[in-house]
Amino acid sequence: MTGIDPRGPRFTAAVTALIVAAALVIPSANLSALLMFIQGAFFAVGAYAGVQYTPTAVLFRRVIRPRLSPPTELEDPRPPQFAQGIGLVFAVVSVTGYAIGPVLLGQVAAGLAFAAALLNAVFGFCLGCELYLRGLRLKERLA
Amino acid sequence: MTGIVVLAVAVMAALGFGLYRRTRDGRFAADAAAGDGPTTPTTPTTPAWTAILAAHPDGELGERATLVQFSSAFCAPCRATRVVLGGIAEREAGVVHLEVDAEKHLALVRALDVRRTPTTLILDAAGRELGRAAGAPRRDQVLAALPA
Repeated sequence: MTGIDPRGPRFTAAVTALIVAAALVIPSANLSALLMFIQGAFFAVGAYAGVQYTPTAVLFRRVIRPRLSPPTELEDPRPPQFAQGIGLVFAVVSVTGYAIGPVLLGQVAAGLAFAAALLNAVFGFCLGCELYLRGLRLKERLA
Repeated sequence: MTGIVVLAVAVMAALGFGLYRRTRDGRFAADAAAGDGPTTPTTPTTPAWTAILAAHPDGELGERATLVQFSSAFCAPCRATRVVLGGIAEREAGVVHLEVDAEKHLALVRALDVRRTPTTLILDAAGRELGRAAGAPRRDQVLAALPA
């Protein structure tokens, strides 16, 4: 397993938070749907190809990382990749809400995605990863 | 307008939750079933070790303490926790570090009521739980919670 610079996913989370915040603030539901669609596409790349391959990760590697000191430790790319998958689910729900309705559904889904992205960007806290064990326990109980 | 309200609520919820978690993470609290406090386990209930041994038959109890770490694949702070606990087990005499894959031992996870990874249990020499911490603990937090 090759580790990744943990600041990469945090940078990605910061950009995610900005895009989703813009979708929430813009008064046009169609534009919000478009922004959430773009963000959803980023999530899809992160979830399926890996967090190292999202546009923000490429930007981080090419432009930002060369200006930073080397990372003190590397991180397993699987937790953030899993979280991108969770993000994708919220983006799909949000796009559906904004494009088809109700708009409130789009806003609430975007709000949840924003909160998770902000937690990751500010505290380095991966909400999707935290919920993973809960999900497993629930799944086993239902099975 | 609603979007701005949703954004404001999300900002406050995320910052509030993040700050709360920052104060709680890695702090060792005595398990309610284990006794009054980290240093005075009173109820000799079924030691946590019995359940852990069922999942990890080759596990060995430390003479002074055992640090049982529950980890999963999708867990970034588990790696840091492994480094901290492994280092302590190496330096402190009689302290053993055991890592349990939570995904493979869900029955044990439920029996011990582990809710997230990493969760670290500190067991005494008899295998009773003295306390536990959810989230990555710092070195000094572990050292302070170790039995004498």
